[in-house]
Amino acid sequence: MFLKRQKSATLIILLLGFLSYSFFLYMSLPVKSKPVKKEVDAGKMVWQQYNCNACHQVYGLGGFLGPDLTNVYSKRGPAYIRSFLNAGVGAMPVFNLSEAETKSLLTYLKDIDASGTSDPKTFTINYDGTIEQK
Amino acid sequence: MEPSNKNNLSASKLFIIAGLLLLAIGMLFGLTGALQYLAPKFLKQFLSFEKMRPLHVSSVIFWIIFAAMGSVLTYLQQYNGKKIFSPLLLKIQFGIFSITVVVILITYVFGVFGGREYWEFHPLLAMPLATGWILFIINFMASLESFKNLPVYVWMWLTGLFFFLFTFIESYLWLIPYFRSNVVNDMTVQWKSYGSMVGSWNMLIYGSSIFLMEKISGSKKYSHAPIAFVLYFTSLFNLMFNWGHHIYTLPTYPFVKHIGYAVSMTELFILGRIIWLWKSSVDTARRHYHQAAYRFLLAADVWIFLTLLLAIAMSIPAINVYTHGTHITVAHTMGATIGINSFILLAIAFDVLKDSCMPFEKSIKWINRGYYTANISLLFFWLSLVMAGILKAKWQMDDTSIPFSSMMLQLRPYFIIFFVSGVGLITGFYLVLFPLIKNQFICHYKKLFIKSKKNETVFIIDQFQSV
Repeated sequence: MFLKRQKSATLIILLLGFLSYSFFLYMSLPVKSKPVKKEVDAGKMVWQQYNCNACHQVYGLGGFLGPDLTNVYSKRGPAYIRSFLNAGVGAMPVFNLSEAETKSLLTYLKDIDASGTSDPKTFTINYDGTIEQK
Repeated sequence: MEPSNKNNLSASKLFIIAGLLLLAIGMLFGLTGALQYLAPKFLKQFLSFEKMRPLHVSSVIFWIIFAAMGSVLTYLQQYNGKKIFSPLLLKIQFGIFSITVVVILITYVFGVFGGREYWEFHPLLAMPLATGWILFIINFMASLESFKNLPVYVWMWLTGLFFFLFTFIESYLWLIPYFRSNVVNDMTVQWKSYGSMVGSWNMLIYGSSIFLMEKISGSKKYSHAPIAFVLYFTSLFNLMFNWGHHIYTLPTYPFVKHIGYAVSMTELFILGRIIWLWKSSVDTARRHYHQAAYRFLLAADVWIFLTLLLAIAMSIPAINVYTHGTHITVAHTMGATIGINSFILLAIAFDVLKDSCMPFEKSIKWINRGYYTANISLLFFWLSLVMAGILKAKWQMDDTSIPFSSMMLQLRPYFIIFFVSGVGLITGFYLVLFPLIKNQFICHYKKLFIKSKKNETVFIIDQFQSV
């Protein structure tokens, strides 16, 4: 039987756990912050302004119409990305980005690329069902 | 109990009707987006995919939110047996939400986005929504007479109310440079908020569905039973801590992923209970099958089973590494939002809106056709996404990868099935939605005309009604 006190105690324990977990993450984010690069931040704003996420993924999260762009910078290079931005392709329209916007976006993609690898082939599967990156 | 308001569109009913209208247009946007998968140049100049996707996503999420608010507000009055604390506050809340949603949809057409995955709009427009939600909380809390011996659905409503506000604000932490300066930090906090936000609106919806089930069965035992609270706390535990399963491949803290994995596995308990109670569910279904509201709850039960099965599988990192970033994720989302949320909310809509001057019996044949068309179409819709996802997963893991565009061409047959079943789905839903919305408007305008004593017009409307 769930008594009123037991319900309240369970709720309080869960709430305390949730708030502690949340504020721990806020205070110590996974990647220790370096000074914010202005151009990376500007590139992120371009990415969001043109809603690139609607079609593209980063770390497998985003739209499904275009490819995952996490490591496109190292795999294809800036010239390749620039040509797609200038000419458009398939469902992707020409966004007529300014030179400054293109540069910022490329810097942002370079920054994402440096943060890790999203390729699922690079993960090893452990017996307990967890995964680890090689 | 709430006084009968035949012919009258109360503010809480308006939330549900506005939600139904949003569902109707949201599905059209979705179908157009699906067509753009097959014909990439379709509407490319005016409404390209990066506009169409948020039009669809926001419309259908607002359907869920509007209908969830409407159901909680209606059932709270029925639970209390008296009217809401402030009808004026309710109208202001409705006004704020309605105007903001219209503005959000218009901004997409003009290419103004929030640019976040997946529910996004300009951050300024989040402010009126948060304000409207705070009014909702104030009205709810002031209407609740006592906190003693609350049934489980009131616990769930309270949880949904406060956690939605918390996670909604949390999802805008990226506006502070500290949180957005690194993509891994940004995505960790983003998926923490979004993972829990979905759990929050689910609390509102599932709470209302328990209220409705008790109303149909005439027994109030379940909402005070220990098992109801065990399941509630299991769901709350998942709402708070299982979000890590969205980001297994992100190079974030490993403990975030381990917590997400371990907590997600507690859902096996819920799955086990569904299987255990399967026979009694079928018996209950036989007894209440004649009721439209119950039939939608039954359909939701089947989809809960399928979606939960898929969700638990996807929460195992060893499986997630294959399914992540593929259409299997979309299949899971569609199963949850259409098969579970929408069917439960339609059941609630039938219950709440039946109190009008026109009974649904006249349209029951078409509603039944719509019900079966929607369910069969949804099964094909879901399977086409699972199949497309399996092929994409194979491509992702293949060492000699063909280009992305060639892989997408291989998925084309499944996208065709996806689009065709999408047409079936929208047809089925429209057959259900049409009588729901039509009845309310006819009754509302009939009342207005009676008031102004324009008997000739009433006669014309009566003629229309008989058709």
